Amino acid sequence: MKHRNGNFITLAALRDAFAVAIVCAGIMTGLATAQGGQLRFCLHNEPKTFNPLQVDDDAAASIRYLTGGVLIRLNRQTQQLEPELAESWKVSEDGREISFRLRSGIAFSDGTPFTTEDVAYTVQQLMDPALHSPTGDSFRSANGKVETKVVSPSQISILFPAEVAGLDRLFDQVAILSQNSPKKEMAVLGPFMVADYKPGASVLLQRNPNYWKRDEQGRRLPYLDSILLNIQPNRDVEMLQFKRGELDLINTLDSEYFDKLASASPQLVHDAGPSLDSEQLWFNEVAKAPIPVYKRDWFRSANFRRAISEAINREDLSRIVYHGHAQPAMGPFSPANKFWFDAALKPPAYSPDKALQALAADGFRLENGTLKDRAGNAVEFSIITNAGNKARERMAVLIQDDLQKIGIHVNVVTLDFPSLIERMTQSFDYEAIILGLTNVDLDPNEEMNVWLSSAANHQWNPQQKTPETPWEAEIDRLMRAQASSGDANKRKAAFDRVQEIVVDQQPFIFLINKNALSAVSTRVHGAAPVILSPQTFWNAERLTVSGN
Amino acid sequence: MFWLKAQRENKMHSLHRKIAGHLLALLATVLFGGLLSATLVRLAPGFDADERVLDPHLNAASTHALEGARHRDDNILYFYFSYLIRAGHGDLGNSSALGQPVRALLRERLPLTVRLLGIGLGLSWLLASMLALSAAWLRLSIYDAMTTIVSGGLLCLPAAVLALLSVLWNLPGSIAIALIVFPHTYRYAHNLLVKIYSRPHILAARARGLSEVRILFRHVVPVVMPQMFALAGVSVSMAIGAAIPVEALCGLPGIGALAWQAALARDLPLLVNITILVTLVTLLANSSADVIGSMLRGQEA
Amino acid sequence: MRLGRILWFAVLAIALGASGAANWLAPAGYAKQYREATDARPSAEHWLGTDELGRDRFARVLYGTRISLLLAPAAALLSTLLAALIGGLAGYLGGVWSRIAMAVTDLFLSLPWLFLLITVRALMPLNVSPFVSVLVTFLLLGLLGWTVAARVLCASAASVRSSDFVRQAKAAGLSGQRLFWVHVVPNLKPVLYAQFWISIPVFILSEANLGILGLGVAEPMPSWGSLLKELESLVSVGAEPWKFVPLVLLVLVVTSFQILLSKQEEAAG
Repeated sequence: MKHRNGNFITLAALRDAFAVAIVCAGIMTGLATAQGGQLRFCLHNEPKTFNPLQVDDDAAASIRYLTGGVLIRLNRQTQQLEPELAESWKVSEDGREISFRLRSGIAFSDGTPFTTEDVAYTVQQLMDPALHSPTGDSFRSANGKVETKVVSPSQISILFPAEVAGLDRLFDQVAILSQNSPKKEMAVLGPFMVADYKPGASVLLQRNPNYWKRDEQGRRLPYLDSILLNIQPNRDVEMLQFKRGELDLINTLDSEYFDKLASASPQLVHDAGPSLDSEQLWFNEVAKAPIPVYKRDWFRSANFRRAISEAINREDLSRIVYHGHAQPAMGPFSPANKFWFDAALKPPAYSPDKALQALAADGFRLENGTLKDRAGNAVEFSIITNAGNKARERMAVLIQDDLQKIGIHVNVVTLDFPSLIERMTQSFDYEAIILGLTNVDLDPNEEMNVWLSSAANHQWNPQQKTPETPWEAEIDRLMRAQASSGDANKRKAAFDRVQEIVVDQQPFIFLINKNALSAVSTRVHGAAPVILSPQTFWNAERLTVSGN
Repeated sequence: MFWLKAQRENKMHSLHRKIAGHLLALLATVLFGGLLSATLVRLAPGFDADERVLDPHLNAASTHALEGARHRDDNILYFYFSYLIRAGHGDLGNSSALGQPVRALLRERLPLTVRLLGIGLGLSWLLASMLALSAAWLRLSIYDAMTTIVSGGLLCLPAAVLALLSVLWNLPGSIAIALIVFPHTYRYAHNLLVKIYSRPHILAARARGLSEVRILFRHVVPVVMPQMFALAGVSVSMAIGAAIPVEALCGLPGIGALAWQAALARDLPLLVNITILVTLVTLLANSSADVIGSMLRGQEA
Repeated sequence: MRLGRILWFAVLAIALGASGAANWLAPAGYAKQYREATDARPSAEHWLGTDELGRDRFARVLYGTRISLLLAPAAALLSTLLAALIGGLAGYLGGVWSRIAMAVTDLFLSLPWLFLLITVRALMPLNVSPFVSVLVTFLLLGLLGWTVAARVLCASAASVRSSDFVRQAKAAGLSGQRLFWVHVVPNLKPVLYAQFWISIPVFILSEANLGILGLGVAEPMPSWGSLLKELESLVSVGAEPWKFVPLVLLVLVVTSFQILLSKQEEAAG
């Protein structure tokens, strides 16, 4: 305690000393550098938990990002790993063990000192199979116990039962809990702490007085006094409040609003370019699905899927639905993922004629404007998507019109999300779905459960006992190979091949990659929106807000 | 309360019995309503579906655990009766989506909704009865056409638009509630009053030069009040319906917003409690309207 | 007076006529996407501009009128009849019958019908024609929308039952059925007219709101409800008054219904 108090005094003195210089610098550069202030923005759903280990929704993830202290942080701008609570770390040759050297003299928000015991406790909690933590599951490559070993008061090593690919990156999501604090998970190591929660209305975060980090001038971070997070699912209301100055930023902006805002005040909006998120269409290829057999045969034909893909005008999807703030998607990974994106992939071509040729090879023919299969069945199917997502609804209607041109009749049905999920994951009673995939990390291991044929998120045909097609078997092999290799180039080669197979087979017909759009008020200083989540407040500890 | 004086002793006695009977029927209906709503929620598709299974980070065991989590509520009768027993001890269960005790959630949010609906309903009744009365008094076709267009316009605007407008113009949510409910009640009130005022004895009374206030209280109120009370009773459930979009859009953390959240998440414990609450309020409002209405009829006869 | 009536009648006739003649007035149809002119302002080609997918709004209003003007009044009629039957009989018979009917009505008012609608959608096949979907939706609305009126009607009918002239008629030996139709029902008219008039716009809007459950009209078919839903994106609509045309039209049509009905009522009474 003494030690910390001493620190605090020094810091106060330092801050005073620098304050003058900074104010002068601020005036000279015309930048407001006022300390403090309150940052206000919206969460779009109710945070389901404040326990960082159980985070599973966007709102809770945002709060974890702002309040949780992590050992290693992925810098959202440079996309590089940086030391945080760990001064340094080392992953063993076999990829099973990671050892950390921790910073000293750090305390939780309630004053409880931070020790290696806390790291050990956090990892044990995280890896408890009964917790079903999504963060924990990312570490679980094999059954068996995780062992933690405290080497010295500042050193700890963690041994996993099998190799974990990209082990160190995963710690970006692990907020360290206190073993001894009476405040449990509300004692945090991040820049802010939860001060007040009004369910359904707002979450108030206050600066963590014990936050360890300082800026280059030695000033204690964060600059902000507090962050007010309004829980508001309605984007119209969010936009109104932003326009009225009741909010300081909009983290993910709809393209429609982006343009409206840009035409009035272009200095407020930021287009950070294509993000990692994709929107895709896929057909139901599940063997036991309750759909007519002849339809399943269409959906299981690569020729049919390629033809559909070629008949969709992705340029129009991007231009009309996203007002140009999206790029036609080339494959599983967006070009924004600079290292992992396969540069050999070509932009998808729009060609109804080639689509018809591909269909002819499968025995389809056009009769009086209606496409019929070999047996004479008219080609008609339904596309479902979640209600309330305007972009997806509009894409579905454009695709409906595109496919009408090659004689395919599409019925668009919007469903509430739980009904959609039930059809998609339990009853398999659907024909085609448009849905998006959100990527929070750059590494392909993030998508292990999407590409492995045995996985639950292998949506077009999940949980296969053995791969039902040779190309799915090959993807399985490649995904496992890249996960168990420490060599980045070998991993890259394997995943490039996965991307090529997916583009050739079109199990997911990737449509577009959305741009990362945001709006930031001129009151906010230091904002630099990026494509990685959380786009606008990734550097919240260094933001300041003036005059509210 | 001039009419109460006229009640005789035995009438008071029958009144008590009537109220007791109403209360018993009310309780039975509320309990049945709770069971029905639980069944509706349980049978609707998507009950077993949890959004979280789409998270690619989760492994098979966790996905399986999520999918199995709700199967313990498979037997709806068992669920409901164990809920009732616990509710008898004051435990309303835990919200499955928000992980908080339902009792705390309701207690936190009830005051806001009560205030919102109270003010909103008061305003809409005031507006509806004033406009309807003035229309009946004036009997001007221009005035009639104007109120018809105004109330028609409000009726044709989606509730969400009215709620958004109140956000846009910084008006309290209760005004949005009032504007949503008003056109629904206004037309009934208008038609009823116009009909009464066109009855021969009232026309005659007006021709004799009786004062409007006297006519209103002697000839109009006794005839039209039972219906007006019934209307007021049902407008409570209209307002509850309107509270859902208004609270959600105006960022008001009340029961309406909670109900919508619970519906989307198929939060069975929360939904059953909210339905029981709504049924209780609806029944209380309508039964008291019935009782008052039948007493007024007794007075008239 | 007559002039006003003719005027409102003309509004209805024009709306009906124009929607009937939609094939000639808007030959390109409601689904044609002018992809180079999305969200356009009104012009000689597109009188009311285009929607966010480049579809001609004028054509969509005309075709949408067809569905909504046909089905909403039909559903309103259904719900009005149900209300008359349930509310009227309950009030007229009184006693236990009235209690039971009103308890059922109260339950109808407070149950989460959303889940029934979700279940109905699940029972319908996904590949259903837009017209069948919208028909089912309006049928459901008609079947669920009678409750408010039934409660008011019950109170009205009870008043009539206890009124002097019904007692006299009963004493004179008039049969129950005849009494109900001759003396009770005519007195319920103000409420029935109100119910019919209110139900039309309410059903039109509900149909669009049920879109979130996959009910109602399916794309690309338009309805008045789906056109009105455009207004919910206030931020983008504010400066573009032509987007309010469907609303104005709906108000006019609904008002003309109301005014013609009240004239009808006057003539009858």
